[in-house]
Amino acid sequence: MTMATEQTERPDLKLAPETGDVLFDVRDLEVYFPIQQSFFKSMVATEKKYVKAVDHISFQIKKGEILALVGESGCGKTTTGRTLLRLEDATGGEIIYKGKPVQKFSGKELREYRKKAQIIFQDPYNSINPKQTIFDIVAEPLEVNNICSSEREKEERVITAISEAGLRPATEYLYRYPHELSGGQRQRVCIAGATVLDPDVIVADEPVASLDVSIRNDILKLMVEEKEKLGVTYIFITHDLSLAWVISDRIAVMYLGRIVEIGETEEVVANPKHPYTKALISVIPVPDPLAKREHVILKGETPNPVDIPSGCRFHPRCPEAIDACKETDPEDVHIGGDHYAACIRIT
Amino acid sequence: MARSATKAKPSSEKQPVERIEHAGLLDVRNLTTHFKLGVGDVKAVQDVSFTVAPGESLGLAGESGCGKTTAALSLLKLLPENGRIVSGDVLFDGRNLAKRTEYGMSKIRWKEISIIFQGAMNALNPVRETGKQIAEPIQLHEGLSEAKAMVRVRELFDLVGINPKRVMDFPHQLSGGMRQRAMIAMALACNPKLVIGDEPTTALDVMVQAQILELIHRLRTELDLSFILISHDLSVMAETCDKGVVMYAGEVVESGTTADIFNNATHPYTRQLIKAFPNIHEKREMVSSIKGDPPDLIHPPAGCAFEPRCDVRIESCKTDHPGLTEVERGHFVRCVHARSRRSDDFVQGDEAAPEQEGV
Repeated sequence: MTMATEQTERPDLKLAPETGDVLFDVRDLEVYFPIQQSFFKSMVATEKKYVKAVDHISFQIKKGEILALVGESGCGKTTTGRTLLRLEDATGGEIIYKGKPVQKFSGKELREYRKKAQIIFQDPYNSINPKQTIFDIVAEPLEVNNICSSEREKEERVITAISEAGLRPATEYLYRYPHELSGGQRQRVCIAGATVLDPDVIVADEPVASLDVSIRNDILKLMVEEKEKLGVTYIFITHDLSLAWVISDRIAVMYLGRIVEIGETEEVVANPKHPYTKALISVIPVPDPLAKREHVILKGETPNPVDIPSGCRFHPRCPEAIDACKETDPEDVHIGGDHYAACIRIT
Repeated sequence: MARSATKAKPSSEKQPVERIEHAGLLDVRNLTTHFKLGVGDVKAVQDVSFTVAPGESLGLAGESGCGKTTAALSLLKLLPENGRIVSGDVLFDGRNLAKRTEYGMSKIRWKEISIIFQGAMNALNPVRETGKQIAEPIQLHEGLSEAKAMVRVRELFDLVGINPKRVMDFPHQLSGGMRQRAMIAMALACNPKLVIGDEPTTALDVMVQAQILELIHRLRTELDLSFILISHDLSVMAETCDKGVVMYAGEVVESGTTADIFNNATHPYTRQLIKAFPNIHEKREMVSSIKGDPPDLIHPPAGCAFEPRCDVRIESCKTDHPGLTEVERGHFVRCVHARSRRSDDFVQGDEAAPEQEGV
């Protein structure tokens, strides 16, 4: 995703400009974390070592879509999401939000941005304060940002957010504590806390990983509803491609800090081009014992993001690798529509 | 790992014609386990029966709190202090484990039945070398010295696909997938006949999950193990198990071969549960959820436990507790509609069916 092929002025632009408003335009984003070394080592070491969590990726996020970032642990999907919200600092590249670079925000502009960009965490048991009532939890963002002129307005907004998150009647939940709610209800509280400020974008980091199946589907439905009703853009971070397939509009598959394939969900799942995507799709368990499918099980685990393999970073585990893969870092190949994949074997 | 063929127990009077329900290696009969709480007894497992033949794999599935883990822990009598087996038998290789003393159980645990616990991160001791932890049951059950046991541990590491050089690593030095492999090595340490996997892949990535499931499958065929998989994930069960038991509110609601359960699901709960999982090989649609919550197990409902959430309930479901009906050979369903479903050309029962699906 680094090099430019001279197709358009912006070769990294993964969306045709006419496909609606681009909310985020991520250009060549790089997030490296330095590794702490002992004083002695840092004196002798010839170069500083970094965890290359996100290694030069470019993609766009459309307004009002659900973009799923899919990949195994350590692929950089969470770091990408957090960097979009300025919860991590990018070490290179740019994130353009509505025409302005996010990294340059400071002061008032940053506070405004924080209102518009929210996050939902994985574990609803640990991400909300057990000593606060539901009302306080959901009202806190309003108080911090000094948004409501009156108590009445605050209450109204909190009630709207809670009932939109599916806790109805909202008044029954206002003065309860988190421990009185089930996991699914807590996750709804988290969602209410994120939507109360009327955000443009919500990064949902594995929002259903800790929930039971029946509840999980309700939360997914809620995300789709809010997207449609409130026009919220979601970045849905998950390791489970089948969940991404259910709700997202587009999927970006990440591997070791890179996006290896991106495109419209149905297209990517029905017609995967990158060997990694193919493998991921093949191992999704299917609730049908008679369906005999070929499993492409990759050997080993994702390599350490400190020492990234040469050439194509996927080549040591790739079932389709050829010699050239060891040397060439693949560029994005345009497959059609919004569908791109980074593999030299795509012809 | 040569093992004598398990003697078929003479007590197979329950199902005279056998396809899957025969007394095999493990025969659990009417197992009932309760937990004592201040406010009353939690009826966590009620009248659960299933069998596992040598080399067979069985899946126990259901939502959290349905009693699947309690049922498995009851087999090994690993229940917390307030839990006890109220009635029922656990016949294992001719012995009734439900009646065994703690000392008697200690001879069975790990030597004959072992368990892979959920979350390898927490199941391993963080301050002891992984290999030494695995050697412990070998030393205990086979009276070997640590050095001799470690030789076996190295073999086990090799068997489960970890480099034997890493036996002296601490758990934190291993990745999640490797820790889970180490847990499997530990479960195999004393050549057990039956291994129970309690959500062995739940916390893992999809690719690592696939690797672990493949490993379990390979080991099962190589070592001729019987396996019980406890999982909330029906699709994992569909891919790994020969037969399955779906539990709801402490009871078996449907049991049979996995083909019976998935391709001919009869209980409304099973059907809804299957629909809750996305199937990427079919048409993309929003997965459906099961409305409502499971019942309170301290005061379980008099009628069918699933009645409040059921989409095909009829009046009598509120009051009559349905028994298990055999709809096909070896395929049991706990539902009033099951009786009318007995033959293949089933006509959906009564007034209550909003949809007639091919299932």
